[in-house]
Amino acid sequence: MMEKMIFGRYIPGDSFVHKLDPRSKLVFVFAFIIVVFLANNVMTYAFLIVFTLLVIFMSRIRLYFLLNGLKPIIFLLVFTFLIHIFFTREGDILFELGFFKIYEEGLRQGVFISIRFLVLVLMTSILTLTTSPISITDGIEVLLNPLKKLKLPVHELALMMSIALRFIPTLMDETDKIMKAQMARGSDLSAGPMKERIKAVVPLLVPLFVSAFKRAEDLATAMEVRGYRGGEGRTRYRQLEWHWQDTISLILLVAMTILLVLYRS
Amino acid sequence: MDIKLQQVSYAYSMGTPFEKYALFDVDLTIPHGTYQAIIGHTGSGKSTILQHFNGLLKPSKGQVHIGDRLIVAGKKAKELKPIRQKVGIVFQFPEHQLFEETVLKDIMFGPMNFGVSAEVAQKRARDLIKLVGLSEETLDKSPFDLSGGQMRRVAIAGVLAMEPEVIVLDEPTAGLDPRGQREIMDMFYSLHKERQLTTILVTHSMEDAARYADNIAIMHEGKCVLSGTPREIFADSKTLEQYRLEPPHIVRFQAKIERLMNQPLSRICLTEEELADEVARALREGRDKQ
Repeated sequence: MMEKMIFGRYIPGDSFVHKLDPRSKLVFVFAFIIVVFLANNVMTYAFLIVFTLLVIFMSRIRLYFLLNGLKPIIFLLVFTFLIHIFFTREGDILFELGFFKIYEEGLRQGVFISIRFLVLVLMTSILTLTTSPISITDGIEVLLNPLKKLKLPVHELALMMSIALRFIPTLMDETDKIMKAQMARGSDLSAGPMKERIKAVVPLLVPLFVSAFKRAEDLATAMEVRGYRGGEGRTRYRQLEWHWQDTISLILLVAMTILLVLYRS
Repeated sequence: MDIKLQQVSYAYSMGTPFEKYALFDVDLTIPHGTYQAIIGHTGSGKSTILQHFNGLLKPSKGQVHIGDRLIVAGKKAKELKPIRQKVGIVFQFPEHQLFEETVLKDIMFGPMNFGVSAEVAQKRARDLIKLVGLSEETLDKSPFDLSGGQMRRVAIAGVLAMEPEVIVLDEPTAGLDPRGQREIMDMFYSLHKERQLTTILVTHSMEDAARYADNIAIMHEGKCVLSGTPREIFADSKTLEQYRLEPPHIVRFQAKIERLMNQPLSRICLTEEELADEVARALREGRDKQ
């Protein structure tokens, strides 16, 4: 069931994008999210698309696989598109059927917003597909380090994040196992009226919570036994290294931003 | 109810970069009433194969016959519920499936899903709780107040309450104390005999396979590499070694005794009792000859 989800999954590889430092990738993606909003005409949106395709190409992720993974968000995409088509009433009328009218501006906005949405999802997917969850949290911890001065528990936050990420697959496995055990006992999760289906979730959730709490307790004990006492004075096994490729990718992004600023109307 | 797997292959995450085959062209026939053991190392595909026995997984290639039902790769299988009633699976660590407020309700969950009335389900629970070696007072307790071993027994009762014709056991005694292991395995064996069930035991314990099974299939890297009666399988320790498996203690012990006595015994013994009888007979014969 969840096998098809690609959002948040990591595919190991050794492409240009894979090898980048997580810090540069994080900065890149966050900056990109802002930069996307600069685009406001055909030319600038074309730049965005070409740029995204270039990044996809450099990540060596199969386009088919990436698009397949977008299926869950198609509904959202179509929904935003339709909202713009129906509710924007500016520019010339392109199509008319009774009281139902499509305006030029509506179509334009609909297409643009959809592209913006698509490009954002693709970029963030590439980030998670090419960076292991551990490197992402490492990157975030380093990037947030300056906030320590504001008494923000950066290390603890990063640890919480990496534990959460670490246990997603475990919990998914667990869900799958319990689901199968209950299905083998005749519980039916995919058929019947809504009321029955909601009831069928209880045999799934109770054991899942029980085991999650047990796991958390075991983990806490195991950490304590091994002398864990927070981030103070802790050294790291995985060192982050900034290479020339990281600089280049950020330069590319800056170049892209300049292009967008110049060509936007 | 016969179970027949023909050329069954199974791949996890079909059609994604994570695609991974866990079974390759497995052929396996389990006639009604047999006690079949499936042995293999972790990762040999034994847990994957057992989920084919009641349609939890559908083969990626090949077909599975379960009684008169046929599940073919690539075709939608509808109405699997009747199969699931007939084939009960006790998963590894079945205590993880408990969820109800009381033990009684949890045991009744399975049968009631298959349309058994509350009275009948309750009666079954009362009978079964004693069968699995717990007292009737346990029925009113919360399953989460029990010890690990007790929870295991409750979970097993929950599967037995469905009154399946085929029982599939996935390492049912993992993590129990030796005595509990023996009790539970003996209980399954006497059920198997009394109710003429088909029992499929997935395990890595050679001892259990030797003691109870009529037939053993050996899985190795997703393939079914050997199949035969325990005596046939354990006679050939060289082939077993090839799959990084060892014959049960008792068979290895027999080899040592044969070396000591300087003569082979007439057959491979599968239990301590058998070996004792066999040695006694060989000694008697030896004395008679003198």
